[in-house]
Amino acid sequence: MDFELNEEQQLMLEEVKKVCSEKIAPQAEQVEKEGRFPRETLMLLASMDLFGLVIPEEYGGLDMGFLTWSVIAEEISKACATTGLSFGANILCIYPIMAFGNEEQKKKYLTRLAKDSIGAFGLTEPGAGSDAGSVKTQAVKKNGKYYLTGRKIFITNGGEADVYVIIASTDPSRGARGLSAFIVEKDAPGFTIGQHFDKMGFRGLPNVELVLEDCEIPEENLLRREGAGFKVAMETFAAGRIGVGIGALGVAQRALEEAVKYSRERVQFEKPISSFQAVQHLLADMATEIEAARLLLYKAAWLKDQGKPFEKVASMGKYYASRVAMDSTVKAVQIFGGYGYTTDYPVERLMREAKLFEIIEGTSEIQKNIIALKVLKEYK
Amino acid sequence: MNIIVCIKQVPDTEHLHEVSINPENNTLNRTGIPSIINPFDSNAVEEALRIKEKLGGKVTVITMGPPQAENALRETLAMGADEAILLSDIKLAGSDTLATSVALTRAIEVIGDYDLILFGKQAIDGDTAQVGPEVSELLAIPLITYARRIEILDGKIKVERVLEEGYEVLEAGLPCAVTVTKEINEPRFASMRGILKARKQEILHWNLEKLRLKEEEVGLKGSPTQVIRIFSPPPRPRGEIIEGENTEEKVAGLLAKLKSHRII
Ligand SMILES: Cc1cc2nc3c(=O)[nH]c(=O)nc-3n(C[C@H](O)[C@H](O)[C@H](O)COP(=O)(O)OP(=O)(O)OC[C@H]3O[C@@H](n4cnc5c(N)ncnc54)[C@H](O)[C@@H]3O)c2cc1C
Ligand SMILES: Cc1cc2nc3c(=O)[nH]c(=O)nc-3n(C[C@H](O)[C@H](O)[C@H](O)COP(=O)(O)OP(=O)(O)OC[C@H]3O[C@@H](n4cnc5c(N)ncnc54)[C@H](O)[C@@H]3O)c2cc1C
Repeated sequence: MDFELNEEQQLMLEEVKKVCSEKIAPQAEQVEKEGRFPRETLMLLASMDLFGLVIPEEYGGLDMGFLTWSVIAEEISKACATTGLSFGANILCIYPIMAFGNEEQKKKYLTRLAKDSIGAFGLTEPGAGSDAGSVKTQAVKKNGKYYLTGRKIFITNGGEADVYVIIASTDPSRGARGLSAFIVEKDAPGFTIGQHFDKMGFRGLPNVELVLEDCEIPEENLLRREGAGFKVAMETFAAGRIGVGIGALGVAQRALEEAVKYSRERVQFEKPISSFQAVQHLLADMATEIEAARLLLYKAAWLKDQGKPFEKVASMGKYYASRVAMDSTVKAVQIFGGYGYTTDYPVERLMREAKLFEIIEGTSEIQKNIIALKVLKEYK
Repeated sequence: MNIIVCIKQVPDTEHLHEVSINPENNTLNRTGIPSIINPFDSNAVEEALRIKEKLGGKVTVITMGPPQAENALRETLAMGADEAILLSDIKLAGSDTLATSVALTRAIEVIGDYDLILFGKQAIDGDTAQVGPEVSELLAIPLITYARRIEILDGKIKVERVLEEGYEVLEAGLPCAVTVTKEINEPRFASMRGILKARKQEILHWNLEKLRLKEEEVGLKGSPTQVIRIFSPPPRPRGEIIEGENTEEKVAGLLAKLKSHRII
């Protein structure tokens, strides 16, 4: 066992740190306050080949795997969680095409996504959230084309993305087994963007309603086969949980770093508050839990890269990291005192951001359901 | 277009204040201080890459320095430079600007085929701004300093040269040496592919023999400059703020001060 990053990872991380501190972190507050999508910083990441980190080389990627992706994405999320989550949502579009696409689909779409196309994934509907199998959007096949009708909500990168993977039902009588996954391009006829959701945090991240009205897509854009949609969605979520967990980790790590810095500078009772044991213990808990979350997520990514079952550990990592992000950001606000509650310091934003990770990509309750199911099977 | 860029590895600006002076031998103590590419030299590399991307050709980067200067060269390879050469020889140690220029000039002559040589406007540590001009003198090619814009057209180079107020436009034939300012561009971040490629790329090491230089032409022996004393400038005393009830009173106070010092 080896906990050291290899030389390639170290060199890549060094450059990513540079771009994060010079370009990405400085605009994070503005992205939040103005609710502005950070397109330029994403394109900067694309220009550094970072969109293609997990994509195989034959489709223009670097084939570096999820562990390397994780190391890098934590840094991005730490600098600007909105940029990080948008970057992470790309994976939800890349992964299903990588895992379920045929040669033509991979050639056509992965090469674009490896370069600079933004991706999105649409499953959630007003009536289908945790119960992902109850998707109502319908796909009807006519003359070699599919026509999709329905509404998707909360879709990350919606409106900014070039390529979408959409889950719809080709056979409502079969429920979850009647679901299918489709690749939809942003300019498909009948595809429009509806409501923009106003949110507690991540205000620069687009989360929109996708309105599909007889949205016409070529038959060759079906992933795998009719009825495979639920499997596509579940595997995509499993891989995506590493990404969401890493996003949470970045937010938690940032909270720790901000709290350490502030506690050394803030003087009360003629001492820096970092000299008070009560404050030190908050920092110790944050640091310990963050390290544990990181190890869980790295293990999930490593298992995935080894082609081993990773779903249970990915759920653990996502569940734990999002809880740690929530706890750590609350502690950070506490350490900042009244200033922590103001928008002059970043910790209130981090706290608002942290909450999201306990909801998306399967709520914490759903993660526990998954973990429990696996554990009950494993030790029977 | 074959472009040669001369770069220098310097102490990281953020740690510059940690560089201490050794009064015994008048040298600078830089151990343990992280190094970066001299910032203006990154602009020079960026400009070379942009010209190459437009017109084709090759970008070769040279540095004279200790073995760890390889890191600086590798960074430029990751940005997209084609070849990197490290002039490294124990006998080069102690070179002043002239000896540095002699070594660089000889390396450029060994490379032979070049249209343009780019330098930073100055090194942020040595700060002399002499190396570019000296190399152009030794090569007997035209020199344009403080470029903020470079354009290559039909075998000629057109440069906007920064002046105290405004700029002038100069033209010269090729080959030509140019030193660049920060305004000229914003250096790119290295791509991941570039980083992975650079890691495996070979960096050429040239010693005095390869450069066909004699020991007495470079290093301490080849350096006419003698450092007699090196010291930190005394800190500037704080300025005086002239107080007063209102603007008129303050102006009167200022005038009185200036008069008493016979400045006006
Ligand atoms: C900012 C943001 C971005 C998003 N991005 C995307 C995206 O890109 N693509 C996409 O498809 N979706 C996206 N979503 C949707 C997200 O994945 C869902 O909101 C999430 O899965 C929860 O579904 P829901 O909101 O319908 O909640 P519900 O499913 O209604 O859950 C409500 C509560 O009930 C609990 N609950 C439900 N079922 C169970 C159960 N069986 N056992 C125990 N507790 C249960 C939940 O844990 C939760 O606490 C996004 C959401 C947000 C807010
Ligand atoms: C008073 C004094 C004391 C010094 N003491 C020491 C010492 O103790 N230890 C020590 O190691 N050095 C020392 N030097 C440094 C050395 O002599 C100079 O750094 C070197 O000759 C370059 O001069 P500069 O740094 O002023 O560069 P400048 O002339 O300001 O640089 C202009 C440009 O020339 C190019 N260039 C400069 N140097 C190189 C290089 N080495 N390789 C490739 N391109 C280059 C770059 O493009 C740079 O932007 C000292 C120099 C001076 C003036």
